[in-house]
Amino acid sequence: MGGNHQDAAVAELSTGGLRNRIYDIVEVRRNRYAIYAALTVGVMLLPAFANNYVMEVFSNAFFYVTLCLGLNIVVGYAGLLDLGYAAFFAVGAYTTGILTSHFHVNFWLTIPFAVGFSIVAGVIIGGPTLRLRSDYLAIVTLGFGEIVRIAARNLKITGGASGLIGIERPVLLGLELSRIQHYYFVFFVLAVVAILISHRLQHSRLGRAWQYVREDEDAAEAMGINRVAVKLYAYIIGAIFGGVAGCFFAAKMTAISPETFQFNQSVLILLGVVLGGMGKIPGVIVGGLVLVLFPEFFRQFEQFRLLVFAVVMLVIMLYRPQGIWPESRQ
Amino acid sequence: MALLEVKDINLSFGGLRVIKNLSFEVDSGRIVSLIGPNGAGKTSVFNCLTGFYRPQEGEIFFDGESMLRRKPHKITQRGMARTFQNLRLFKNMTVLENVMSGMHCRTSAGPIGAVLRLPHERREEAEILRVSEECLDFVGIIDKKDRAAANLPYGDQRRVEWARALATQPKLMLLDEPAAGLNYDEKERLIGLIRRIRDERGVTVLLIEHDMGLVMKVSERITVIDYGEKIAEGTADEVKNDPRVIEAYLGKEEDEAA
Repeated sequence: MGGNHQDAAVAELSTGGLRNRIYDIVEVRRNRYAIYAALTVGVMLLPAFANNYVMEVFSNAFFYVTLCLGLNIVVGYAGLLDLGYAAFFAVGAYTTGILTSHFHVNFWLTIPFAVGFSIVAGVIIGGPTLRLRSDYLAIVTLGFGEIVRIAARNLKITGGASGLIGIERPVLLGLELSRIQHYYFVFFVLAVVAILISHRLQHSRLGRAWQYVREDEDAAEAMGINRVAVKLYAYIIGAIFGGVAGCFFAAKMTAISPETFQFNQSVLILLGVVLGGMGKIPGVIVGGLVLVLFPEFFRQFEQFRLLVFAVVMLVIMLYRPQGIWPESRQ
Repeated sequence: MALLEVKDINLSFGGLRVIKNLSFEVDSGRIVSLIGPNGAGKTSVFNCLTGFYRPQEGEIFFDGESMLRRKPHKITQRGMARTFQNLRLFKNMTVLENVMSGMHCRTSAGPIGAVLRLPHERREEAEILRVSEECLDFVGIIDKKDRAAANLPYGDQRRVEWARALATQPKLMLLDEPAAGLNYDEKERLIGLIRRIRDERGVTVLLIEHDMGLVMKVSERITVIDYGEKIAEGTADEVKNDPRVIEAYLGKEEDEAA
């Protein structure tokens, strides 16, 4: 009798037990805030110990986290399969690029323009297509992504195939943002803002509406929810995230070309969202980080780096299709 | 003027006529039933009323306004709520979240209010919570509000669906086979609930039902349809003894003899 009891306790501890203990810790709000504070301190201290290359990698990581959070609103919250998200990122980057290099507009003023154009792009592509069921929506968004890229490659104002150069650096409170250390913090702040906005949206009337529409569109409609308007909101807000991230990307790179906004970019961002755990903010953050950091770890495999990356992604999706991040306790 | 007026609606899918020249009225404050054998077109009538199907001909007036060309969410906003024959709860959400969906059309906070936590948004969230909990209490499952909807027994899931429809603060509730799958006690409670919905909340009720006992006990007026056409209408006693109704449910006598 006693023996059985002990075996059961050991089994509990090694499988469910450990997980439950982690849940117990994380569910207490003060503990969570402590974890966030520790992570933030870590991020602030890293530049003191790291070289420019590491700074570059982490800036990129924070940048992808922001993009993944934006796409998460479309795919994770509203359940809309978007295969052309890079288009919004392109709209933001080219808006800043054109306005600063051709018209010498102050960088910070280009952001409202980028937001405006992202909204327009969101409405143009979203309006007619959001009534479609998911497979068709996926193809149409893929098409739109390509249209934006090809337009950028062929228009004079976007610099054609060679793209734009001479994008001016932003000046913040007298400091010109030119070094990688600056962009490391800029993208970190952007990611934190994206996290906060996502969190507030998720736990709001609109966030619930997205979930209702995602679970059962017709039942949601019967409850008085305008499913087309709700989906359009997701699309537009996701577009704004992408557009604003694009502005800062243009400022950091000072040169952009259509090659950055190819279909595989959209796929990569989608991969980050799905891999980490669609709809869960911590999961999407992990997904974005994995996207950038794993290929760096795999440099040891030299030319097989991307192959190893692909295999790892495949294995994760096969054995954990719900994403890396666990579900919250029910 | 009746709360709901249905006039000469015709609904066809391709060559199949599902509803033929159907007209009926529901007066405000009444409990009315729509009955008929399986396949008579009752749920199709509900789908027309709520905007999911568009009849090719006819008119539907709710509270004096035409509902014919309106989207379903607008019709719910106007005050017509429905429940589904096969429950359509939001399975992966809690009971409370399910009911809160009803209040969406009664509130307006958008993304900016949400992100900035404006006072308007906070007041609305408090109101949504209050109304949702009140509806859950009304149907008697407030103690289960934080459970996942999928984890509840069938009878409780039905109650969540009623609470959800009540949360839209309707003038008219369309109940599609509310007694399906319920045991005797649950059906008795359902009768009480339907009466309370009308008496305490002033909501008019139109229900589709197969349980004749329940229909006869609770309805003030019954409309009977068969093959998409109205074949009888009246009080429970009038309908019970109508030969056409008996024929529709039991089949023609000649068939039985042969």
